[in-house]
Parts: sequence; structure tokens; C-alpha cells
Amino acid sequence: MLIEMKGLSKTYILGTIEVPALKKIDLKIEKNEYVAIMGPSGSGKSTLMNIIGCLDVASEGDYILNDQNVSKLSDDELAVIRNKEIGFVFQTFNLLPRADALHNVELPLIYNGTPRSKRKELARIALEKVGLGDRAHHKPNELSGGQRQRVAIARALINNPSIILADEPTGNLDSKTGEEIMAILNDLYAAGNTIILVTHEEYIANYSNRVIRLLDGNILSDEKNKK
Amino acid sequence: MYAFSRINEYFVMSWDALRAHKLRSLLTTLGILIGVTTIITIWTTIRGLNQYVYGQLSTIGASTVYVEKWPWVITGDFWRYRNRKDVTYKEYEAILKYSTLADHVSPQVFSMKTVAFKNEKYDQVFVFGTNDQFKETSNAYPEIGRFLTPLDIQNNHKVCVLGHELANNLFKQVNPIGQRIKIGDDRYRVVGVLEKKGSFFGQSQDNYALVPIGTFQRVFGGHRGVRIAVMTNNPQRLEDMKDELRGIMRRVRKTNPADPDDFAINQQDMLTQLYAQLTTTLFMIVFVIGGISLIVGGIGIMNIMLVSVTERTREIGIRKAIGAKRSNVLSQFLLEAVMVASLGGLIGIILGFIAGSVILAQMDLTTGVSIGAIALGFGFSTFVGILAGIYPAFKAANLNPIDSLRYE
Repeated sequence: MLIEMKGLSKTYILGTIEVPALKKIDLKIEKNEYVAIMGPSGSGKSTLMNIIGCLDVASEGDYILNDQNVSKLSDDELAVIRNKEIGFVFQTFNLLPRADALHNVELPLIYNGTPRSKRKELARIALEKVGLGDRAHHKPNELSGGQRQRVAIARALINNPSIILADEPTGNLDSKTGEEIMAILNDLYAAGNTIILVTHEEYIANYSNRVIRLLDGNILSDEKNKK
Repeated sequence: MYAFSRINEYFVMSWDALRAHKLRSLLTTLGILIGVTTIITIWTTIRGLNQYVYGQLSTIGASTVYVEKWPWVITGDFWRYRNRKDVTYKEYEAILKYSTLADHVSPQVFSMKTVAFKNEKYDQVFVFGTNDQFKETSNAYPEIGRFLTPLDIQNNHKVCVLGHELANNLFKQVNPIGQRIKIGDDRYRVVGVLEKKGSFFGQSQDNYALVPIGTFQRVFGGHRGVRIAVMTNNPQRLEDMKDELRGIMRRVRKTNPADPDDFAINQQDMLTQLYAQLTTTLFMIVFVIGGISLIVGGIGIMNIMLVSVTERTREIGIRKAIGAKRSNVLSQFLLEAVMVASLGGLIGIILGFIAGSVILAQMDLTTGVSIGAIALGFGFSTFVGILAGIYPAFKAANLNPIDSLRYE
């Protein structure tokens, strides 16, 4: 079992008002699944994504990731988990604007202390995997949207994470480029990676083989995708 | 090894961040730059002066004291000294007669006179009346010819010995020895020219003439106060000799035992001490001014670092999302502040050294680069960088990754 959530709740406190975002969620995700999380805004899907990505911790309940309970870890311990287990792909790419593609991709390796020469080599391989071997020294503003997202995917892959967590990965791209990005994610899935996709587009969710729908902090449905 | 590679990485990151905003970085560090420049300028100048002044003061001779009416360094009430009696020629004779510790004693009187040879004429030349022992007490030996002799003194000969520069000015190509020059209204035969001493703060120390003291007093009048230079060949007996001189002077002057001395015994280390006091005070003042500039510079750095943390909130979010710990973010921003400050310090050291060298060059002096100055400038700027950077760096380290990633 890769992800196991038991009675997981998240409540935000705004002033004196308690706003529940997730209400006692139970969820299991196996290795090498391709899961889409869907739901309208306010349904709690961003909160769920933040918790899965170890950017946030639950108010109640347990989150077991790779046999490790991460629900009560400190900020720095979560940083180590994120570095090792999670590869993020964001809607807005979130690349460092002043760094070239190669440096953006090697960034996670800096924080786990990989030696410089090893880092450069791994980053180059990751860029080649997403078809950007010849763009290593271009800065994000010299790359197209699709290329930027591919750099972000290379960065997400570099530490061989347990989960690739993609938050609206095609949201800022035209449909053709979007399809290219989804094709890359398909390939990664086929190569044995676990992919969790957060989206509100049905046709994007159709790439996955399991769709979890959220509404008002509850799991509305969780069904296999018939392809 | 890992830790080192990471520090190396922070240096690269910080350097990139500084280069991305060159003008801003320079303006940010201006306060530090000015502060360090000020301090290093004065440091360099004083260091150059020290070498020179202590060198010059040592030519006065550590083992010579001067019995005079006025102390060289006046402390307290000026009027206390004003009503003192002049030191007299009789007192010189008393010291000569009674002192057992003095090896050389020379009485000295002086006046500014016009000195001329043929068409060459110089006003305002120091003319000393003294004796043959002046050469030991003042370390003034003849380069050519001879010094004043006891016979010259005894018989009040109309002879003179000239300082190096005065002789050059008067005679050009002519051999001065045996020539007759005019001092005031009378003619004197030149018997010797002294070794060159050089200049002190642009003031030549070779532009004077020596004549026998008896001759001086007969021609220019004997009313002037005398200065008595007393020298011992054994510097260890200097304090004993001063006590002895004090005793002789008080006895001759019949000073009441309850009264303080009404004469001064001056020596070189009074000037050394005064100089050290002056330069220390000057340095303290500049240090305070430079320190204020450093504080203002530090506040400027803190301000810009806070702006920078806000501007780069998203970058911080990205770094945290992919695994940067608080300590990683803290180190990155702290190092950036330290680098800005140290850069200002480094430029300040260079500018300060150049400025100090230019000031010294006006006085025909030079000095070398001092490790102390570099350590001082670099140490202070780095310290200010740490103080200024620590709060913004903590702020950056404590940012929440979710909010930071969403920051526009």
C-alpha cells in the first residue's frame, strides 16, 4: 500500500469560525495507480492534494505514506519526505525564473546533498527523458509553456519519487500542448510510476484509470475508469 | 563533503541573486562601503604617519632632555607658565658645573635673521647661538669642514656652521668653507656644513645656521631665554639625570621646597605620547563616524533583504516544496546579506587604502597594505551583514510553503 488515509480531517480556523475542508476521509492508493482527484472549488481537493503532497498536515486522523505515518511530522521532516517521495507538477510550472532548465531540474538534488557532478549528470538525463536535452541552458522565459512544464516534470522525476503529484498540469497550456504533457504522464505511468492528478476537466481525468470525486469535504465517488 | 558542497551552492545562489540586481546591490551596500572606506582611510593614513613621525621623533634623541621655560605639552592653565622666569646662561653654567650624570650640555638661543652671500639673500632663517656640544645633543655632525670648537666658543669667534639646505641655497657651485656670509648686519666665516636631515611635514630641518653663543649674545643681545640641552650617553641614567637637573635648577633658583618647579624638563617621549594621544583620539572619532555609517548601512541591508524576501516568496515556496528545510532557506538568505555587506567592505578596504595612500602622498609618505586593516574592514562588514540578515532570513525560513506557492 502506497497511501493509506484513515479518518482524515482538516479544519481551518478563520478568526473564530471553524471551516471544515475535509471530513473524516478514508482513502487507499496502491503503487502504480493513475488516480484523478476531481471536484468543484471548495470541495476540498486542494486541501487533499496539499496533504498528500506533505505540504500540510491533517488536523485529525492518520496519513501513512510508504509505511510511514507522516501526520505528525515537523516542517523539516516533511521537507525531507517531499524531497524523497513527492514529485510536484504545478499548473503555473513554478520554475525559478533566473535559473536555466538544468539548474531547475537539479534543485531537489541540492537539498539532499548529491555531489555536484552527479547532480548535473542526473539532471541532464532527466531533461533528455522529457525531450529537452538540447534546452538545458535555456531559462524559463526562453522556453514555451509546454517546454516549461516538461522541465517541471523532469524536476519532479529526478529523485525517483513514490508519487508524481500533478495539480492542473495542463491548466495553462493550449489543448495540443496539454495532450503532449498528458502523453508524457501516460508514459511515466506505463513505466511504473504512481500518478495523482488534480483537475476539474473531465477529459483530463479520462487519462487516469481511477477517478475520486470530492464534494464538501467528503468523497462522493471513487470508481475505476472504464477505458 | 555534503555540507561543503551545499555551502558552495549557497555561494553560487547568492552571487546570482546579487548579480541579478547589480545596481540595487551596490546601493544597498553603500552605507557599509562608506563606513569601511572612512575607517580604512584614517587607519592607513595614521599607519603611514606613525612610521614617519616615530622615525622623526627618534632623531631628537631619547637620551637628551631640554631644560626650558615652557613645557612642550601644555596641560591645564596656560597662565601658570607665563610668569615664569626665563632659563638663563648662568643656569647653564650651574648645570655644567654641578651635574655628574650629564655627558654633553649645550645652551641654545635662537632668532630669525636674514642671511646673505653676495646676491643670494634669505630672510627668516633660524640662527642658533650654541656651543661645541650641540653636535652631540642634537645629533648634528659636519659633512664638510668642521663643527664649532671650544676655542670658537671661548673666544667668541665670528664663525658659523650651516645647515645643508641653507648652504646649498647660498653657495650653489661654490665651496662654502672659508667664505664670508652676512648674518644680520655682521660678517661670519663659514667653517662647516652639516649633514642633511630632510624635512618634517614639508618643513626643512636643514635651513639654519649655528654661531658661538657668546658671539650671538654680544651681537643680538643677551636678554633672550636660553634652552639647555643635556644628554647622557647611558639612556638608563636618564631619569636619574632628570632628578639631578631638577635639584640643580631648584637650588640655583632658590625655589621654596613647597613650591612646584618653575621650569620644564622636556624630552622626546612627551611628543611621542602627545602624538599617540592625538592619533588615538582622531581614530576614535573616525571609528564612531564610520560605526554610525555601518549601522545605517546595516539597516539599509535589512530593509532590502525584507523586500527581497517578499519579492521572492514564490521562489521560497518552490524551494520548500521540493525539499528545502528551514535551515537551507535561512542559510541562503543570510549568506546573501553577508555577501552584500562583505562586498561593500571589500570595496571599502580598497578605496580606503587608495584614499589613505593619496593623503600620505601629499606629505611624500607611503605605507604598505596592512593585514590588520583588511581584517578590521572585512570583519566589521561581515558582522553587520549577519546582524542585518538574520531577521529577514528567519522570516524567509518560516514562510509556509502552501501560501508561498500561491503568492503572486
